[in-house]
Amino acid sequence: MPAMETTGAGGVATAARSATTRTPGPTPRGAGRRQRTFEQANRRLKWAMLAPAVLFVGLMIVFPLVFTLNLSLTDAFGAVNADSAHIGLRNFGDALGDTRRFWPAARRTLVFTVGAVVLETVLGLALAMLMRKPFRGMRWVRTVLIIPLLATPVAIGILWLLILDPTNGIANHLLEAVGAPRQEFLGSVGQSLPTLMLIDVWQWTPMMTLLLLAGLTTLPEEPEEAALVDGANAWQRFRYVVLPMLGPTLATALVLRAVDALKTFDILYATKGAGGGSDFEVETLNVYAYGLTFDYQEYGLAAAVLVLFTLFIIGVVVLLRRRGGRKNA
Amino acid sequence: MSATLSPARTGRGRRYGSWLRGVAITVVTLVFALPVVWMFAAAFKTNVQVTDPSVGLWFTPTLDNFRAVVEAGQIVRSMGNSLLVGVVSTLLSAVIAVPAAWAVGRFSMHRTGSVILVARIVPAISLLVPWYYLFARMGLVGSYTVLVLSHMFVSVPLIMWIMISFFAGLPVELEEAARTDGLSAFGAFWRISLPLAAPGTATASLLAFVFSWNNFMFALVFSDDRTQTVPVTLFNFISYASTDWGGLMAAASLITVPVVLAAVLGQKYLVAGLTSGASKG
Repeated sequence: MPAMETTGAGGVATAARSATTRTPGPTPRGAGRRQRTFEQANRRLKWAMLAPAVLFVGLMIVFPLVFTLNLSLTDAFGAVNADSAHIGLRNFGDALGDTRRFWPAARRTLVFTVGAVVLETVLGLALAMLMRKPFRGMRWVRTVLIIPLLATPVAIGILWLLILDPTNGIANHLLEAVGAPRQEFLGSVGQSLPTLMLIDVWQWTPMMTLLLLAGLTTLPEEPEEAALVDGANAWQRFRYVVLPMLGPTLATALVLRAVDALKTFDILYATKGAGGGSDFEVETLNVYAYGLTFDYQEYGLAAAVLVLFTLFIIGVVVLLRRRGGRKNA
Repeated sequence: MSATLSPARTGRGRRYGSWLRGVAITVVTLVFALPVVWMFAAAFKTNVQVTDPSVGLWFTPTLDNFRAVVEAGQIVRSMGNSLLVGVVSTLLSAVIAVPAAWAVGRFSMHRTGSVILVARIVPAISLLVPWYYLFARMGLVGSYTVLVLSHMFVSVPLIMWIMISFFAGLPVELEEAARTDGLSAFGAFWRISLPLAAPGTATASLLAFVFSWNNFMFALVFSDDRTQTVPVTLFNFISYASTDWGGLMAAASLITVPVVLAAVLGQKYLVAGLTSGASKG
C-alpha cells in the first residue's frame, strides 16, 4: 500500500482519472514514473491473462484445421498410422461428384436447418411476446423451458423414441383417440427427417424464447406508447415498433441457432444410428463425415467433406450476418 | 403497464384477454414438461405398463428398473466418469477462461477474443478427426486426459463468452479506485473484480459442467469401456436393450435428474448465462 501516501488526500477521483489518461494532473512527483510502470505491467499482464485460453483454443483449432486441409489432399485410409500419398484434389472431386451420399446429405442438412430454425424463430417469438409481461408462476414456466435445452440430447432421443414408437407409443394412441391416422414417425424413411426436425423444435424453441425475452426487456417503452397514442392496434405495434427494435437480437439468435442446427449430431445419431438409418434418411453432412471417419476409416475423403462442410457453415453465417445487418441498417 | 398501454379496453375485455393468456401459457408449459414427465413415469413402470399407452400416469410405481440398471453396474461407473471429467474440465477451463475474459473486457481486445467465436462456428467433428489421429498415435485414446482436453475445448469458449459480458457489466471505477489505493492491475483483478464476478463464474461453470455431462460425440470417439461417460452408456443401451423400455427410461432418468435439479435450483442464473452476450448483438 505505498502509493496511498504519495497520492495522499488528493482525491480518489483525480487520481483515478490520471491513472487511465496520462494527463499531467496536480499529482505529486514520481507519479509519472509510476504511470509508465503501470502501463508496462498492464501490457505484460493482459497477455499473461489472455495467453493460456487463446493458446489452448488456438492450438486445438489451428493444428486440426491445417491437418484436415492436408489430410483432404491424401488417400489416407484404414489404420491411423498407415502410409498415405498426396492425390491432389481428387477427394473433393469424389465428394462433389457423389450424388448418392454427399449431395443428399447436403440437402438434408439445409432442409433440417431451415425448417427447424424457421419454426423455432416464429414459435419462439410468439412465446416471448406471450410471456413478456410478468405473470404468476413465471419462475416455474422458465424452469420448465430450460429443461429441454439442458437435458442430455441422447436422453431426449430415447424419450421421443418411446413416445413416438409406432406400435406402443403414446403419440399414436393420442392420434387414434382424436380419430387421426396412425403414423410411423421414426420408423419410416419418409417421416424420419421431419420428425427429428420437430423434436429439434421442441428442444430449442425455449432457447429462442429466452434469448428474445432477454432482448425484449432491454427495449424502451416510449415508442410503443407513442404508437398506441397514434391509434396503432396490437398487431401494428408488434409489426412496426417492437419487431424492428428487436432486429439485432433476432439476428444474433438466428445466427447462433442456425450454426448449432447445421451441426446437429447427437439426436440424429442416437435415434437412427450410423449412416442416418437404412436408407440414409437422416444422414446430414455431420453424420456422413462422422461415418466416413469412424465407421469406414476413409480419412482422406472425410477430411474433404469436412472442409466443404466448414465452408458451407461459414457461408451460411456470412449470409445471415449480412442480411441481418442490412435489415438493421 | 397493461393499464397504461390499453386504456381503451374495458375491464371485462382485459379480464378475458388475461384468462386466454393464462390458458395459452399453461398449454405451452405442458407441451414442454409432459414429455419429460412421461419419461420419468415410464422409469417407474413395469415393461408391460410401458408398452401400454392407456396406463397413463396413474399406476403403482416400481423401483425394479432402477434396481436392475444400477446392479448392472455400468451406469454407476459412467456417472462417476462423467462427474470426474465434468468437474476437472470445468475447473481447468474456468482457471484459464475467467482471467482471459477479464483481459478481453478490460483492455478491449475483442479482436483477439474473437478466436473464441471461431471455436463456436467450426464444426467440432472437423477437429475430431485430427485430434483422433494425433491422440491415437500418442496412445491416448480412451484416457481421461483426452476426454478432459476435448471437453475443455467446449467449456473455455463458453465460459469466456459469458464472462466477457459479465465483466463488461462491472463498473470500471471500482478497479481504478483500487489501483490508486495501491493495488497492482493483477491485484485489482484478484481482490476486486474476481470476487464481484463470483455469481457469473458460478453460472458459467454450471453451464459448462452441464454441457460436459451431455457431451456425446467426443465421448463416443475418445472413451473406452473404462472411461465411458453417461451419454455413451445410454447410447449403447439403445442397441442392446431396445426392448427393455423400463430399464432404458430408468437409465435416461438417472442421467437427467442432475440436470433437472440444476435447472430448478439455478433457474435465474442459468437463464442469464444462456442468454448473455446475445442481446448485445
